[in-house]
Amino acid sequence: MAEILVRNLRKEFGDFTAVESSSFKVEDGEFFMLLGPSGCGKTTTLRMIAGLELPTSGDILIDGEDVSQKRASARDIAFVFQMFALYPHMNVRRNIAYPLVSQGMPRSQVREKVAETARILGIEEMLDAPVRGLSGGDRQRVALGRAIVRNPKCFLMDEPLGALDAEFRERMAGELRALHDRIGATTVYVTHDQLEAMQMGDRIVVMNHGIIEQFGTPRDIYDSPATQFVAGFIGSPPMNFMEFEGSVAAGDTEVEMLGRRFAVPAAREGFAGDMAFGVRPEHVRISDEGALRGEIVATEYLGTTQIVILNTALGELKARIPSDRHAAAGTSVGLGFDGATVTLFDKRSGLALRSELNAGDSGDG
Amino acid sequence: MADVELRGLTKRFGSTVAVDNVTMHVEDGAFVVLLGPTGAGKTTTLRLISGLEMPDDGDVLIRGRSVVGDAPAQRNVAMVFQQYSLYPHMTVRENLSFPLRSPVLRTPDDEIDRKVRSVAEVLHISDKLGNKATELSGGEMQRVSIGRALVRSPNIYLMDEPLSSLDAKLRAELRVELKRIQAGLGATFLYVTHDQIEAMTMATHVGVLELGSLVQFGPPREIYERPVSLYVAGRLGSPRINGLPAGLFPGSPAGARTIGLRPENIVIGGGGREGRVVRAEHLGDQTRLHLSLDGHPIVTLTDPHAAHKAGDRITICPVNPLYFDATGARIT
Repeated sequence: MAEILVRNLRKEFGDFTAVESSSFKVEDGEFFMLLGPSGCGKTTTLRMIAGLELPTSGDILIDGEDVSQKRASARDIAFVFQMFALYPHMNVRRNIAYPLVSQGMPRSQVREKVAETARILGIEEMLDAPVRGLSGGDRQRVALGRAIVRNPKCFLMDEPLGALDAEFRERMAGELRALHDRIGATTVYVTHDQLEAMQMGDRIVVMNHGIIEQFGTPRDIYDSPATQFVAGFIGSPPMNFMEFEGSVAAGDTEVEMLGRRFAVPAAREGFAGDMAFGVRPEHVRISDEGALRGEIVATEYLGTTQIVILNTALGELKARIPSDRHAAAGTSVGLGFDGATVTLFDKRSGLALRSELNAGDSGDG
Repeated sequence: MADVELRGLTKRFGSTVAVDNVTMHVEDGAFVVLLGPTGAGKTTTLRLISGLEMPDDGDVLIRGRSVVGDAPAQRNVAMVFQQYSLYPHMTVRENLSFPLRSPVLRTPDDEIDRKVRSVAEVLHISDKLGNKATELSGGEMQRVSIGRALVRSPNIYLMDEPLSSLDAKLRAELRVELKRIQAGLGATFLYVTHDQIEAMTMATHVGVLELGSLVQFGPPREIYERPVSLYVAGRLGSPRINGLPAGLFPGSPAGARTIGLRPENIVIGGGGREGRVVRAEHLGDQTRLHLSLDGHPIVTLTDPHAAHKAGDRITICPVNPLYFDATGARIT
């Protein structure tokens, strides 16, 4: 098993900088997520860890050994791709055995390893089946089997569930995480799906335009986003932003918007200028005493909860409330916010203003 | 706009029955979502209505008149597909006006211009009218292909997973937009998806298909709260409903084989049976607890900052459970 240290990693393709000076550490046995929209540099980062791309500068250390300029085959990692490429003319057993056979491992040992892998994945009964007729999920299990069987130092996964439909993805996500909990191998996993990252990851790196915006536990990232980008990328629906011009001084527990005062966590730094007041949908309260008024534009039923979309003098807002509460389009309502959960952002830089709640840190190590 | 009625509609491909005796009424101005996994018959149903497939049995009526003998063009339906197929060499304006330039329609130029501009405004693509289709982002392209359906005034809009190739953010945006457009126009929509969020949030009525049969039809809330079967119960709700053996908790009625327990319908720590926490997922707005009770996996929800961790033992008790018999049909 392995610890992976990434130091000032940078990758340029011609004039384009895909990854800008990234640093983070993946602890031994951790399930680590690289999250961001397409083009953010997450896959390039993963490919550099794998050795499929060489960095322009910076280091990658696996268990303390500098592997930055080593070939992929010398790194003892296993890569699982989104499009699982199985050998169509071989059965499941031979597909899983292939990496071992090509290493020249004795037959009896290969048999044993394949049997053990199949047991871990719960695919023992399909070992002799051709891969051609398998379902998407089973094919992905076989692809995983081929990665696990080598017992590598770590697993690198590039959107391995991206090609599956929603229902199946949720099941496979659970299975993958359970598999990780059983074998405990360090895993670096790339996804653009924030829910998948929150669900499966021990820690998450959020990337945008080649830059690490934040890294931390799912809870840190959700409750204390370091930047407006992170706050707007995480959560479904994501954080609401009300833009205003105002000021805040260190120690303040309120901020003024449209001439009214709203509670915020005690500020740890002062700021004046264009700001955004960030509040998550579940912390917006609909009540007649609210300091801000809004008109209900639409509602989205989600089972036990519903999303209420509101128009206010400070822009559109979404609130999450129980679905048994009546909310009719066209109604004017009062709005309040749970002040303890609010993050203020400097609109120009996009950075969170430091407060009692939010240290404005982009990472914890 | 118009209403559409399906009567005993059946379509076979070889030995497979793709659509099996489906009877359904899409009312004028309704937003009906057909929901089901791959192979349930959703897309075939749309193709039968549009005339791209001919039924083996049954009838399709638009405004009370059978259209089975009509060619697709005569049925005056507009279809939007998952993969937007725009004319790449044309501008957005040309793509949008194309359906109106059909020689059959003989639409005057000033009316074409007026319609294109109003649709572009509704879809927020007014500033892109002069762009080539290839200069657009994926979301903009899909909006243009929806727009190409909207410039016409068809009897019904048939949409086949129009949002599924878009990213999550855009999908959420267009969901609200489509619903607004449909309500604004008073248009009749029949919309196919396997995304349960789309079904719940947009539909006035959801039709659930299982192996070609329509197993339940009703408002989303009714489908969610009063599913006719375990299969239907599993179609809506994320995380999915837990299906557990009837004997796991006391109080099951006679004939019950399975307890259907939605993750939010479980009380933690108030007595009941003791289970073990396998994993806690902190999703920000909620915590999902994966539990094991007598070897059965159960997913439940609790508040975002709950301190439960793997290995903890907690008691759980069902609230308002649903019961299903051996065939999967709901009994209470």
